[in-house]
Amino acid sequence: MFRSMPRGTVKARPDTAAVSHREKLHRLREILFANVVMAGEIPAPTGGERRITRFLSDRFTESGLANISLDQAGNVAGVLPGRTGHRNLLVVAHVDKIWSEGDDHTVSVGVGTMSGRGLADNGLGVATLATLPLILEELDVELDSNLVFLGTTRSLGRGNLAGMRFFLENSGLPIAAALCLEGIDLGRLSYSSLGMARGEIEVTAAGEEGEAAVVAILANLMRDLLGIDAREAPAARILVGSVEAGSGHGVPPRSGVLRFEIRSRRTGRVAQIEKEIAALVASASTGEGGEVRLEMIAHRRPGDLGADHPLVLQARGTLALLGIESHVVPSVSELALLLEHGIPALTLGITKGENRHSPAETIWLDPIFDGLAQIVAVLQFLDAGESS
Amino acid sequence: MSDIDQRISRWLETNTFHHTEFWDLQELVRAKRESGLTISLCIPTLNEEKTIGKEIIVFKSELMDRYPLLDEIAVIDSGSTDRTLEIAKSFGADTYLSSEILPEHGSKPGKGENLWKAIHQLRGDIICYVDADIKNIHAKFASALVAPLIYRPEIQYVKAFYDRPLAVSDDVRPSGGGRVTEILVRPLFSMFFPELTALIQPLSGEYAVRREVLERLPFPIGYGVETSHLIDLYQTSGLDAFAQTDLDNRVHRNQPTTDLGRMAFGILRTFMKRLRHYGLVKDLPDLSGLFRQFQAEGHRHEQVVREILEEERPPMITLPEYRERHGR
Repeated sequence: MFRSMPRGTVKARPDTAAVSHREKLHRLREILFANVVMAGEIPAPTGGERRITRFLSDRFTESGLANISLDQAGNVAGVLPGRTGHRNLLVVAHVDKIWSEGDDHTVSVGVGTMSGRGLADNGLGVATLATLPLILEELDVELDSNLVFLGTTRSLGRGNLAGMRFFLENSGLPIAAALCLEGIDLGRLSYSSLGMARGEIEVTAAGEEGEAAVVAILANLMRDLLGIDAREAPAARILVGSVEAGSGHGVPPRSGVLRFEIRSRRTGRVAQIEKEIAALVASASTGEGGEVRLEMIAHRRPGDLGADHPLVLQARGTLALLGIESHVVPSVSELALLLEHGIPALTLGITKGENRHSPAETIWLDPIFDGLAQIVAVLQFLDAGESS
Repeated sequence: MSDIDQRISRWLETNTFHHTEFWDLQELVRAKRESGLTISLCIPTLNEEKTIGKEIIVFKSELMDRYPLLDEIAVIDSGSTDRTLEIAKSFGADTYLSSEILPEHGSKPGKGENLWKAIHQLRGDIICYVDADIKNIHAKFASALVAPLIYRPEIQYVKAFYDRPLAVSDDVRPSGGGRVTEILVRPLFSMFFPELTALIQPLSGEYAVRREVLERLPFPIGYGVETSHLIDLYQTSGLDAFAQTDLDNRVHRNQPTTDLGRMAFGILRTFMKRLRHYGLVKDLPDLSGLFRQFQAEGHRHEQVVREILEEERPPMITLPEYRERHGR
């Protein structure tokens, strides 16, 4: 198995089959695209994923997967039994999106593109998971390993990877290796996870006099966070993801929230910065007019499969064969938990796109077939790991 | 309860369906195969590049590749100047220009023209019409309309209706009962054809019909086509020839009130012609085809006069070309 395997035991041998896979996959074009439309149009805010997991379980049922189940965390899983079934390979896509239930999720299809909220993150990933059993059948690819398909819930934001965590802690399935699917960006090669801490600072006016203080406190905190970011970059970054306060033009807000994320590859650095921010918040709390509270809602430890890991080399070689330039993108998503559990894992992008996380999120259709060929080739490589 | 009330109540019980009753597509395909029926899907278009691709993808994937319910998917276009046909073709639909079907009979503007020519061009024993502007497209928009025709041989004509309006963002609106339906068509039906009021959405552009019915119906080429179908089939076969399926909701483009005015005018003209044809009114004067609306610029109002033609195409069965192509 990869996790105990010394480097170099399994040689990365990019298989030219990936190129012929790409051509054959066009036969499933409408089925795949319809799945993208359907997965894209189902609202799936973090914590409200019931409809999209139902969609996935229906597709798993139609594909004849075994052991289709919804677990307590709401994750949906299904198994494609392997020829020997001695090992389990995991293919995972998070099903939640950043958009709320009431947002318009209409997908529009153009010439060579599809647009709509959440298509890239992660409607396309979910659609690929839904179609993958058919894809393997169409390509006559039979694996020795069991293939576990998993749609995870509560991945984003406050969800803090709750679905993936629940699965890893409770499924009891030994996972030999895993592949995480993200809609974009094709060529992305994520094999390391950043250390990360995600927090929210809530400022509330203390009494009538405190209204004016809320904005001032938020502004000071933002200035301080940006100051830390400037000091630490590039070894560590502080991303201020959102600031919310007030509801109009002329009335001072009575409360506000500032959300941020600390990221670093260096072990311990995230924790140090987190302490520094806690101290800033404590000192802001002692001023007059506002109550300031810090809540840390998510943590990841840094992890790294290593650039010379056979799995990484194989994925890079496959992308090269398909004429796609690879680029390394550290991840803070499901991959982080998998690496933390000692499971060799990669996150791959499926196509190119633009306007990620905007209402006009757009994916390009033609490169999807490169992305799928890449996924199948990497799965075949993972499967061969046992006998090599 | 009057006789009409009782008939409507009974019909609502027996001939009104919810799409979930037909969730089992495998069973539907089996029944279709057993019946020997063939089914064509027709999407009439005019500049629908924003929605046509998605419709084709969903219907082809779900109702041809996964569940072989449809035998053909055809787009019949009135001369789009955008990329409607290119997109439809790229996703595997058969595409036709309305003007190139039965060219010896000329080409007229209007959706009804496309629907009429589809009867000649398409091969199916059942033709299911679906408008191209549906934003929340789903396989049920076709499967749940053809299902009653497959399972119930006595049903001839199945209409869609949409019972649960969506409240979403500003650029979409609930279709609901439809303003023209509630303000114009339902009052007219209540007066002259009360049983037809049982059709919740008589103007919906989604319906499935048996060929032997379609080929015998005259086709107004404009706004009145749906209304005239209902009246003509009702006159020959009664309410029991109809069924309707609740498809829950439909999101499409909003239409400005001025457009709805033109639609109402066209429908009213067709309706009046039907009243005269069936002898339900006497001594109607010649009906003007000019619809007058007004627009204001500052304090100045000016008249906008538009001619709204409600020409009719004859029943397709009267055309020798049709009888030859379809062996009638």
